[in-house]
Amino acid sequence: MNKAKHPLIRLHGVTKRYGATVALDNVDFSCFPAEIHAILGENGAGKSTLMKLLSGVIQPSEGDVFVDEEIIRLKSPGHAIDRGLICMFQELSLVPDLSVRENLLLGAKDARYGFAKKHHLADARVLLDKIDASHVQLSTRVSDLTLAERQQVEIAKALSRQPRLLILDEATSALNSTVVEKVFDLIREQRDRGTGVLFISHRFHEIEAIADKISVFRNGQHIETFANGQYNYGAIINKMVGQSLTELFPTPAPRTISSTVLTLDSLSWNGEIKDVSIDVKAGQILGLGGLDGQGQNHVLQALFGLLKHTTGDAAVNGTQGMPRSPKAAKGKKYGLAWVPEDRKKEGLILEQSIQDNLQLAALGHASAPAQAVFEKLISSLELKYQSLEQPVAALSGGNQQKVSLIKWLVISPTCLLLSDPTRGIDVKTKTQIYQLLVELSKQGIAIILLSSDYEELVHLCHQVHIFYDGEIVDTLSDESLNAQNIIAASLNMHKKSSEAHA
Amino acid sequence: MNLRIKASYIEIAFPFVASVLMILGASTVFPEFLSATYLLQQLQIAAFLGVIALGATVVILLGHIDLSVPWALGGAAIISTTLVGTDHAVLTVLAVPAALLFGAFVGIINGIGVAWFRIPSMVWTLAVNSMLLGVAVLNTGGFNPKGAASNLMITLATGQIARVPVAFIVWIALAIAMMLFLKRGGFGRYLSSIGYNEKATYLAGVSTSGVIFIAFMIAGTCSALGGVLLAGYANQAYQSMGDPYLMPTIAAVVIGGTSILGGKGSLVGTIGGVTFITLLSSILSVMQISEAWRNIIFGCIIIVMLLLQTFKHRRS
Amino acid sequence: MLDVFKRYRRECIAFFVLFALLSLYIATHPRGASTYVMTIWANQCLILALAAIAQFFVVVVRGIDLSVGAVMALTNCAASYLLNGSGFELVYGSFMVIALGTACGLINGLIVVFGRIQPIIVTLATGSIFTGLALLLRPTPGGSINYDFADAMTLDIVGIPTAVWIALLIILLFWFPLRQSGMGRSIYAIGSSEQAAFQSGISVNTVRIIAFALGGTFAGLAGSYFSYVTATGDAGIAANFTLNSIAAVVLGGVALSGGVGTLIGALLGACILKTISSLMFFSGLPPLAQPLIEGLVLATAIAIGSFGILTEKNRLRVFD
Repeated sequence: MNKAKHPLIRLHGVTKRYGATVALDNVDFSCFPAEIHAILGENGAGKSTLMKLLSGVIQPSEGDVFVDEEIIRLKSPGHAIDRGLICMFQELSLVPDLSVRENLLLGAKDARYGFAKKHHLADARVLLDKIDASHVQLSTRVSDLTLAERQQVEIAKALSRQPRLLILDEATSALNSTVVEKVFDLIREQRDRGTGVLFISHRFHEIEAIADKISVFRNGQHIETFANGQYNYGAIINKMVGQSLTELFPTPAPRTISSTVLTLDSLSWNGEIKDVSIDVKAGQILGLGGLDGQGQNHVLQALFGLLKHTTGDAAVNGTQGMPRSPKAAKGKKYGLAWVPEDRKKEGLILEQSIQDNLQLAALGHASAPAQAVFEKLISSLELKYQSLEQPVAALSGGNQQKVSLIKWLVISPTCLLLSDPTRGIDVKTKTQIYQLLVELSKQGIAIILLSSDYEELVHLCHQVHIFYDGEIVDTLSDESLNAQNIIAASLNMHKKSSEAHA
Repeated sequence: MNLRIKASYIEIAFPFVASVLMILGASTVFPEFLSATYLLQQLQIAAFLGVIALGATVVILLGHIDLSVPWALGGAAIISTTLVGTDHAVLTVLAVPAALLFGAFVGIINGIGVAWFRIPSMVWTLAVNSMLLGVAVLNTGGFNPKGAASNLMITLATGQIARVPVAFIVWIALAIAMMLFLKRGGFGRYLSSIGYNEKATYLAGVSTSGVIFIAFMIAGTCSALGGVLLAGYANQAYQSMGDPYLMPTIAAVVIGGTSILGGKGSLVGTIGGVTFITLLSSILSVMQISEAWRNIIFGCIIIVMLLLQTFKHRRS
Repeated sequence: MLDVFKRYRRECIAFFVLFALLSLYIATHPRGASTYVMTIWANQCLILALAAIAQFFVVVVRGIDLSVGAVMALTNCAASYLLNGSGFELVYGSFMVIALGTACGLINGLIVVFGRIQPIIVTLATGSIFTGLALLLRPTPGGSINYDFADAMTLDIVGIPTAVWIALLIILLFWFPLRQSGMGRSIYAIGSSEQAAFQSGISVNTVRIIAFALGGTFAGLAGSYFSYVTATGDAGIAANFTLNSIAAVVLGGVALSGGVGTLIGALLGACILKTISSLMFFSGLPPLAQPLIEGLVLATAIAIGSFGILTEKNRLRVFD
């Protein structure tokens, strides 16, 4: 880091308000060329607002943005791109109906509305190959790609635009560690060429691995900037949360002998679920693990009545057979509830009020829950809101997830199905959700927790099934339930020894 | 919380206030616009568009649209007048129920395409409309069908109780009945949730296709009721009598504050929108403005009204 | 090749359907595949095809244009004044008619973007205005078009209907370059995902306005071509063309949800629709049954594309 150089971008007294909410509060912040600068903070700390500001998506309410020490008003993303400020957004900026090729060219500085030049694509192809995406063809439609492949394309798109400042907002959340390492190599290469990099991630070990500098944000304020390695994990977490955080994971409820709530006997569907058998008891937290898209989510969808023509036997809550719709699944006969992974499109109705969302699942349900039930859950999860009439879209991601959980808990399900409930959520909300799950299991609710975070599986679950290619390839519990075994089984490389435990 | 409620009250009051201002403005030129006779007559005329627009609101709340209004209306008019025209006592009594059942049946066909096959409602209801037209042409030979309106139909359309038009009473009674239905069991909430996000609503355990079916059946029945009233008013059915009602229906619903994308809106607002549209066309034709200018002024005023709405929205 | 078929599946299906229908039409037509028969057919198809292309540009950016027919009526009435001179006057007149159409589309786009009102409502209202203006120009049908000019546009060149040449010119000189350009990409991008397009640096407002204006241009072309064929101005043609243009783009595989479909698809859809009605005319069906058959064919064609939904094994997929 060359201290003599002037900062690439500098924020001076920047404030951003949304109505009464202050998203950024009088922030001074600089990023220098040739440094990888990580931004840490809980959800709602202002990280995303900062990124949107620098990429021209929004404009500050007060204060100035300097690029190369010159005041600039970034009117639009196009304007920012022209200045070399390239952002890779958390909400992917790829157009689903266009091909990979067209997406790579979309909005490029010198081919925005005119015709593209050959080198644009050649550059992107090289970049794609470098990050293990050589199998991605340029003519494929983006909607046919997996989430991980889309992120790879997104990275290639950003890097091919010769950024001066590269902003990565949760850019690697769906990528596995080998690919992440390759992406990091490219980012380091960029840095060595003089590019400034702003890096947001919830994966702390990634930040540890790549950042030169770390800035912590909290409640819209810039708390502190320090060199990577200056503080330990605990100290940094404390800065983010503003108070000392006790254990991340609560002690799991002891496993007691109880009755079976849900059984699946050799469930198969469409070649994507193969012969899966599951048995969940009251008060048990059963984990479903494995790489993305190995059939574990389909099992939850099947249980919730979304898949047609499944084979195999099922019994839920004493009822034989699979429910045939979510309406049947949530009914008293089955007593199921499913919190889908995509809270914005599937879990919630963003335009509607918190109140309306909370009531939607219980609406028309045989026993309408009392207002007190809502209030108790709201306070136990510490849902932060100004008014129950405000639209859910105005809440932070973590609080949105709380709403989609409460919505289901009010109908008191006997078995709760969760698809990656903590993905992209801040540490504090995570611990609250963990606490809640343990609490629920103590109350005797059966929980099936699908998670891509092996720490969750290790610390919360009584038993974990690992999926690979639609099958359960390993079942872990007690001593065998550890990170190494989960990772090995996820890659279908588990040894006989771990099978012996199951 | 308070702010939001206030904002939505203003939104609902908007078309009513605009109607009053318009009629006051027009009365400076033609004082008879303020006479009770004229205004009561307008309520009668508004009722025809009104019942249709109530049904259309339900479908638009879902984020769908019903373009089969013209021939659901026309078909119902043809069926009812033809049954009455047989001079058979039983068939005469059955005329109105049969027409309404026909409307519900059109709603079912619309529902099959939209809820089961998931065809965009704009295209499917258009196709349904052209099929209904085909059936009507085949049956009537392209001529105005012989037949007449029953006494009941005539009373519904043109009768008066203490100078208040029966048609207006029918309209308001229907509106109240529908409001109660939407409140009950959360049906209105389902409509709005589906309008915003159907997938999330389905995943919340709502039978979304059931809701869509019922909504289209309500809309079809409302269009049919409109057809029955119009047939009673004209004492006959005629080809393409429904065509002039499609576009004004949509305009009335939207001016009433219902979002064409679904989710947001109200039946009360639609009543205001219908009042506004009816008064506007009436004033334009009383003033003997040519068809060309009526079209132009009509279009301009709709745009201005909507611009005012969005402008208000952006400020609040 | 197989790849192209896969990618443009909807267009290929539309093409084969059209091919089958056209063969049937030629086979049933008493005069067979003569240049005369083909020219009449092509002229009728091109009018609706241009209207469908106008609809396509608006639909692809997630809009719907209920004023297509009205713009056609307005430009048709204007043409009946502007296109009866000779020489330079004709060139100037043609240009003005198309410019008028473009202006109408531009107005739609400006109101949609800056008024933030849904396209369906905006075009419903502007459609009423444009129809009114057309009525001002021609309260009753009348006026005329220079016959030589009209003939030149509606007969044939080396035995192939001029309408076909015009369609080819549009595809080769306008559509292919546009599709390759950043503007073409941007139009699709804002239809498919406005957020992604904006974040990629596209000026969403400008592109949307341009798409609406292009729609107006083609509605103007459709009005012009309608004038060449009918040689008069008529303000009453709006309703039919608006609804048929929507039906045509859907038949041609353009998704009303935006971002999917091609100009060629819209063109093919229009030809299919027109060929069906022409076929009906010579089929010997009782004339009274024809509207019903047309309605049934339209409904079936639309429904067929949706049968896949019944075999979908995941109930959640139907919402995408």
